[in-house]
Amino acid sequence: MTSEQIIGKAVPRKEGWDKVTGRAQYIDDITMPGMIYGATVRSSIPRGIIRNITFPPHIPWDEFVIVSASKDIPGKNLITLILDDQPCLADGVVNHPEEPILLLAHSNRYLLRKAVDAVVIEYDPLPAIFTIAESENRAQIIWGTDNIFKTYLVEKGNVDSIWNDAAYIVEGEYTTEAQEQLYIENNGMIAQYDSSHGITVWGSLQCPYYVHKALMMLCNLPEDKVRVVQTETGGAFGGKEEYPSMIAGHAALLAMKSGKPVKIVYDRMEDMTATTKRHPSRTRHRTAVDRNGKILGGEIDFVIDGGAYATLSSVVLSRGTIHAGGPYYWPHIRIRAKAVATNAPPHGAFRGFGAPQSLFAMELHMERIAAAVGISSVEIRKRNFLQPGQTTTTDQVIREPIDLSRLLDRALELSDYQAKKNLFDIHNKTASQKKAIGIAAFLHGAGFTGSGERYLASVVGVEGLPDGRVRVLVSSTEFGQGTKTVLSQIAAETLRLPYEDVEMAQPDTETVPNSGPTVASRTAMVVGKLVQSAARGIMQTLLASGSLNESYSREDFLAACRKYVAEHGELKSWARYEAPPDIFWDDQRYRGEAYAAYAWAVYIAEITLDLATYTVTVDDFVALQEVGKVLHPVLARGQITGGVAQGIGYALYEKVVWNNGRMQNGQMTNYIMPTSADLPPIRVYFEELGNVHGAFGAKGIGELPMDGPAPAIVNAVADAAGVRFNSIPLLPEDIFSVVSAAAEEADHVPQGVR
Amino acid sequence: MSTPPTQCEISMTVNGEKKTVHAFPMARLLDVLREHLRLTGVKEGCGEGECGSCSVLMDGNLVNSCLIPILQTQGSNIVTVEGLAQGPQLEKLQQALLDCGGAQCGICTPGILMAARYLLNRKPRPTLEDIREGLSGNLCRCTGYAQICDAVAEASVRENAL
Ligand code: FES
Ligand code: FES
Repeated sequence: MTSEQIIGKAVPRKEGWDKVTGRAQYIDDITMPGMIYGATVRSSIPRGIIRNITFPPHIPWDEFVIVSASKDIPGKNLITLILDDQPCLADGVVNHPEEPILLLAHSNRYLLRKAVDAVVIEYDPLPAIFTIAESENRAQIIWGTDNIFKTYLVEKGNVDSIWNDAAYIVEGEYTTEAQEQLYIENNGMIAQYDSSHGITVWGSLQCPYYVHKALMMLCNLPEDKVRVVQTETGGAFGGKEEYPSMIAGHAALLAMKSGKPVKIVYDRMEDMTATTKRHPSRTRHRTAVDRNGKILGGEIDFVIDGGAYATLSSVVLSRGTIHAGGPYYWPHIRIRAKAVATNAPPHGAFRGFGAPQSLFAMELHMERIAAAVGISSVEIRKRNFLQPGQTTTTDQVIREPIDLSRLLDRALELSDYQAKKNLFDIHNKTASQKKAIGIAAFLHGAGFTGSGERYLASVVGVEGLPDGRVRVLVSSTEFGQGTKTVLSQIAAETLRLPYEDVEMAQPDTETVPNSGPTVASRTAMVVGKLVQSAARGIMQTLLASGSLNESYSREDFLAACRKYVAEHGELKSWARYEAPPDIFWDDQRYRGEAYAAYAWAVYIAEITLDLATYTVTVDDFVALQEVGKVLHPVLARGQITGGVAQGIGYALYEKVVWNNGRMQNGQMTNYIMPTSADLPPIRVYFEELGNVHGAFGAKGIGELPMDGPAPAIVNAVADAAGVRFNSIPLLPEDIFSVVSAAAEEADHVPQGVR
Repeated sequence: MSTPPTQCEISMTVNGEKKTVHAFPMARLLDVLREHLRLTGVKEGCGEGECGSCSVLMDGNLVNSCLIPILQTQGSNIVTVEGLAQGPQLEKLQQALLDCGGAQCGICTPGILMAARYLLNRKPRPTLEDIREGLSGNLCRCTGYAQICDAVAEASVRENAL
C-alpha cells in the first residue's frame, strides 16, 4: 500500500489477525507460574455499620490469603480519581450493596468461591436512599452535608426577561434509567509483586495511567515501582474507565500480601451487579417559544444519580450539562445541573457520558414544543438549529460551516421520511400494528470538556526501530474501536510510509508516555494530532541528520532510520498537547469553548408498535453524521452501527431491575441486549466538512451514535401510540402502562391533547 | 460436604488431534478446552448459555461449551476457533470477517466464527434472514452485527466461488 492511500482507506485492523484466529490474549487467557486466584467479599446491604466478621470453621482459612481494610493496605485506603472519597475496601461502614469488604485468595477457585460465600458479616443497617427524589429531599444525608457531589450553573443572556414575550411556554420532565455496558469480556486483572520491581498489573482496561496513579497511592509505592500493562480488552464502552483501578488495587493488595501472582476475573453476575452503569437521570425543561416556533429561551434542570461515591459523576454531569440544549440556538438559557448521591454502586462512564441523557430529554421536548406550536417535527428543528456564527449555551461561537437544515433534509431523503409518514397515517387508521417514523438531531463534543485537555497535557511518542520501521508510543488503548489501526494510519500517512511499517507499542506505563485516557471521543482527534506531530519530529530529525532528503522513498526512510538508530542508539520524538490559542474556557462560570470540535448528526428511526403485545420493532434506521474526515470507512461505520445498536438497547430492551440498590437481573438471561435477529438494517452515512483541530481533519466519533437512537425511537413510538412517553427504557410493560394510563385519562381530558 | 467426585478419563478429537484428559465428570467442556488443552480462543462471556462466546462444534453441531459437562464429550469430535485455519492462511470466513470489519474488540469473534461456520456448513448460500437467525445465539456488543452479517454473506460468496 502506498502512502497516499492510507488515510480514509480500509486498511486491515492491526490486531485483526490475532482476533480471528483466537490467538489474541485477553486477561483470562493468561496464566503465570505459581499464580493463585483472588475474590472479593462484598456487602449484602445498601448502608450500614459493619459490626462483626466471622470465619466459620468448615473452611481451611489458614490456606487463604486474606486482606482487610484495617490491616493490609500499605498506603491510603482509596481509589484515587477526582474527589478521593471511595475506599478500596470498606472500613467499618458500607454505603452500597456489593461494596468490597474483604479480599481472599487461594489456588483452588472452587474452594475460593465457597470461602467467599462462607464469610459471615453482621451489620447494623442504616436507612438508605435509592432515587434522585429521595436524595434531594435529604431525609437521609449519605454523602457530604447535602447529598450533592457537584453542581453547575450555565447562564446565557437574561432568561428571566423572556417569559412575558412567549406565545407558548412548554414544560416537560424526562427520565432515563441505568444501562449496563455489557462488554462481553468481564473485568479482570493479574497482579504480581516483588520488592525490587514493585507491583505490576496486567488487565482489561481503558486508562493505564488512571490505574497507575491509583496503585501508587494505595500501595504506597513510587512512580517507577508501579507498572500497568493493558492486555487485549474485550469491549469497554466506558465501563473499563474507572472501575479497573479498583480491581487492580484488589489484585495488587493480594499479590503484595501473598508474594504470588494473583488473578481476579469477575463472573458475569459480579461484573453486572458490582461495577458501574450509565447514570440514571431526570431533566426538566421550561421553554419560552414565540408564535412561529422560535425558541426565545428556557430553563433546564438536569440531575443525575451518581450512586454512593463521587467517582466520575462531576465529569459526566459536565458533558450532560453542556449538551442539554441540543443542536439549537438559545438566545437566553439557564441550566442548573447536579449530581446526587444514592446508596447504589457508583454509576460511571458509559459511551456518551451524560450526553445521551440530556439529549434524550431535549429531543423529546422538541416534539412537545412542535405540538404546542402546531408545526411539524421537521419544521420546529429547522427554525431553531444552531447556525455558524451563533453561540452555543456556553457562548461558544460555532465556526464550522455546518448546515443542520441541510443535514436534516438529507436524512429525510435517505429515510424517505415524508412519503412514509403519509403512508403510515393512512395505514394506522385501521391497523393494530402501528407504524411511525421519528427524528433526533444532536451534536457531540469531541475531546475533554473545557480546559480538560489543557490539564491532561498528553504526551505521545514515535520511535524509530533498529530495522528502520517505526513504533507509536501511546497509552491510548484498543478495545475494539480501532485505536491501533487509526493511529498507525496517521503515523504512516505523515511519514509517507506503508501502513505495515508502523507498529503500535503495547500500552505499558513502563514504556509508553501518558497520552491521556482513552475516553471522550478524543483519540483520533487529540491523540491523532499528537501522533502526527511526533511523527513529523522523526522525519525532521532524519532530514537534519543528512541521511534523508525531502523526496524520500520507503527504502530511503528505512535506511536512514536504521542508520540513525545504529549510530545514536535510539531515535525518539515526543509531542505534548498545546491548547490552540483561540480556545477559551472559564471553569468558574462554565462559559467559553466547551469543545474543540463537535460532531453533528440526524438519526431517523422507523418502528412498528404492536398494540396487542406492546412490543416495538425497529424496521429501518438511518444514521447520518458529520464527523470531519473519516479516517477509516469500515471502522467508522462499525463505530456507528455498534453505537446505534446500544442506543436501541437503551431505548427498548435494557432494563436494570433494582432492589434496595442492588441490580436484581445481573445476568444475560434477564438483562436483555439486542441480538442479530432484533436489529434493523442500520444505514450509515457520513458527511465530511473537515476540521482544523484533528489529524487530517478528524473529529470524535465513538460516543456520538449513542446519543440519537433513543429519542428518535421514542418520538416514533409516541407518534404510533398517540400518547406521550417521558422515559426510557420502554419495554412492553412500560408501553402498556403509559398507554393504559393515557386511555384512562382520556375519559377526563378533552381529545386533541397528544 | 459430600466427598469430591473422582476424575474420569475422556478421549476426544480436538481440532483433528486425539486428546485424552482427566477431569471431574461435571467439569465444563469450556474449562477443559481452555485450561487442560490451552485452547484459549474459546471464551467465557456468561457461563450460562446466553452469549455464545464459548461456541464450539461438537460432532458437527454448534454447542455452548459452558453448558457441556466433559462426561458427555467422550469419543466426540470438537472443533474450536483454533481449528478453523490450518497453517498460516486464514480460512475464507476468517478473512471475510477481517475484511468486513466484523471483529472489533474480538471477544465474541471466536464464537461468532463457529456459529457462522456451522451455518455455512449447513447452508452454503444463506439469505440475510438465515444469517441473522443463525447468529442470534451469539451476542456482540461492539458491532451491532451489521458488519458480521456482511462478512458471513461475503464468506458465502467467496466459498462458493471455489
Ligand atoms: S459463556 Fe457459554 S454461552 Fe456465554
Ligand atoms: S467485537 Fe466486541 S463483542 Fe463482538
